[in-house]
Amino acid sequence: MFGDYSIGDLGAIFAMQGFAGLILFSVYVLMALGLAIIFGQMGVINMAHGEFMILGAYVTWLTSNFFQSHLPSLFSGYFFVAMVLAFIASGALGMLVEWGLIRHLYKRPLDTLLATWGLSLILQQAYRSVFGAREVGVELPQWMMGSKQVTDTIEVPINGIFVMVLTLGITMVVAYIMYKSRWGRQVRAVVQNRVMAGAVGINTEKVDRYTFGLGCGIAGIAGSAFTMIGSTGPTSGQLYIVDTFLVVVFGGAASLFGTIASAFTISQAQSTMEFFMSGSMAKVLTLLTIVGILMIRPQGLFALKVRK
Amino acid sequence: MINSRFFNRSELLGFLSLLLLLAVILPLFLDVFRLNLVAKYLTYAFVALGLVMCWGYGGILSLGQGVFFGLGGYCMAMFLKLEASSVANTKIQSTPGIPDFMDWNQITALPLFWKPFHSLTLTIIAILVVPTLLAFIIGAAMFKRRVGGVYFAIITQAIAAIATILIIGQQGYTGGINGMTDLRTLNGWDIRTDHAKVILYFFEVFVLFACIIAAQFIRLTKLGRILVAMREQEDRVRFSGYSVANFKIFAFCAAAMFAAIGGAMFTLQIGFMSPSFVGIVPSIEMVIYTAVGGRMSIFGAVYGTLLVNYAKTMLSESFPELWLFGLGGLFIAVVLFFPNGLSGIWRDHVARHIDRLIAMRSSKSKKAWAIKSAADGAPAE
Repeated sequence: MFGDYSIGDLGAIFAMQGFAGLILFSVYVLMALGLAIIFGQMGVINMAHGEFMILGAYVTWLTSNFFQSHLPSLFSGYFFVAMVLAFIASGALGMLVEWGLIRHLYKRPLDTLLATWGLSLILQQAYRSVFGAREVGVELPQWMMGSKQVTDTIEVPINGIFVMVLTLGITMVVAYIMYKSRWGRQVRAVVQNRVMAGAVGINTEKVDRYTFGLGCGIAGIAGSAFTMIGSTGPTSGQLYIVDTFLVVVFGGAASLFGTIASAFTISQAQSTMEFFMSGSMAKVLTLLTIVGILMIRPQGLFALKVRK
Repeated sequence: MINSRFFNRSELLGFLSLLLLLAVILPLFLDVFRLNLVAKYLTYAFVALGLVMCWGYGGILSLGQGVFFGLGGYCMAMFLKLEASSVANTKIQSTPGIPDFMDWNQITALPLFWKPFHSLTLTIIAILVVPTLLAFIIGAAMFKRRVGGVYFAIITQAIAAIATILIIGQQGYTGGINGMTDLRTLNGWDIRTDHAKVILYFFEVFVLFACIIAAQFIRLTKLGRILVAMREQEDRVRFSGYSVANFKIFAFCAAAMFAAIGGAMFTLQIGFMSPSFVGIVPSIEMVIYTAVGGRMSIFGAVYGTLLVNYAKTMLSESFPELWLFGLGGLFIAVVLFFPNGLSGIWRDHVARHIDRLIAMRSSKSKKAWAIKSAADGAPAE
């Protein structure tokens, strides 16, 4: 399969596909970070995670429209406002869902899966009723368009670079929150031993709600970033949910580092293979490999060693 | 015919009323079109039945039942398609004698794995064996390593995703996203006529009841009890010396086989098979049929399937936007408020009253007998 290409071409192909993979990696990481917090830390399977992401995307779309019609002078910076709004919208919805639905089901993890699936159907239909069934795309500000020429055979799109920088920043913030802040310590304490954490005075219900809200909020940001590289429809979230769950499980459920490593492996494998075969076969091969590895190593790449 | 120990009184009642409904009432009152719809719903009842065994009793939630349903359906469809693409029927193609979609995709010879589907016997064996074998491989790999619960659900879901992408991607071998259409005859017998549809319906009901009896049999044997014990306290069963993994594999395989039978029936009834019955969404819908009917109840699964599908048809015929809201709400309501589904509601609210009525009736007749025998001069009890 490599026979038709010269060494230089191959290098350029790998670099370009590698970069395309990095954009996919960014979306995976942003989606999976929220999911890893919710699933890894709380043990809740949130099948509606993709819909929280899409909510963020729609919020971004609305914001961009608003800036276009009312504040055209500030249009180049609308994305940062949109991101914050997306975080707030998705996070608030997440906390509402936790309060109304999830907290009744902590003892029945499989049932959260069904209930949140129901929620995702409702949200999808709600998006379809409100925003229409057609996919919408945001207009990129001027500075994000075009691409940067690295060498004469390699060029990288600027919006891709932006999404990657954004991902890096958010990952660092999340890592800080989870591992350095007082609140992150509380979350981890509740995960490790709920009863004991309650006994030392942590309000476990509140921690649960904010954790879920944070996870959903990050999904909202993921949606915001997603609009930079693709268009948004009511069912776009569903396309990513299985992949993202695999990313989280493959990485080892409770490990943020594992999540990132597995997102990197999966996205790179897929985008590199995509060049040499059809997209669907690349996806099948990637998924099959992951499932195969998970059958051999069910705890994922980086498992947290704890006694249960 | 059915001894009373195999079904207890309420189960016998459930069995007979279901039989009455499916074999007498519905065929009498519905026209062929609606009966065909019921037949379509009932094909999902096979899947739901399997899920009762593996999810309700075994505690293994599989979100990939659509794969087995689809495998069964595709096996059947491959046989029917080959019969429909005889050389005489396909002489306008550049390669006559192969299915039309292969011809469109520049395939010139029948692929090897299609060859066995020339024979009906081999097809029936494939319908029963291929999905079960796949379930065995998945189950053995996962359960031997003690992967369960949530992880199993996610991985089976990924397998459903893989299967759909594969079927759509390999257009030349599978018919792609359109699936296998234009199926005509089964060993020369036209399955598209109204008459054939009615006969197929009764055949399906017969097979369904055979499966119900098989499921009930499994439930009553020691194996069924171990499954329930495993769901409640897996470690305890393991420490008692049972091989938990083997029992789980068995439950999963049985569920897969039921689903495959349902899929084959689906192809026969509807006359086509496509990837839209294989993927993640249909698989999870099949779980909700079981949940609505009651994950612990064999009859509940059938009623739940009929009810959800009926609601789906009605709602999507008249209010297409409302259907997803309804389905989503149903998911949430069942999980939050009725974890035991319809059968739970029946047991807690209706069956109690019936029992009381029966008890009253029998105590009354006892009293009457006592008075009568006292009047006759015989000692009263």
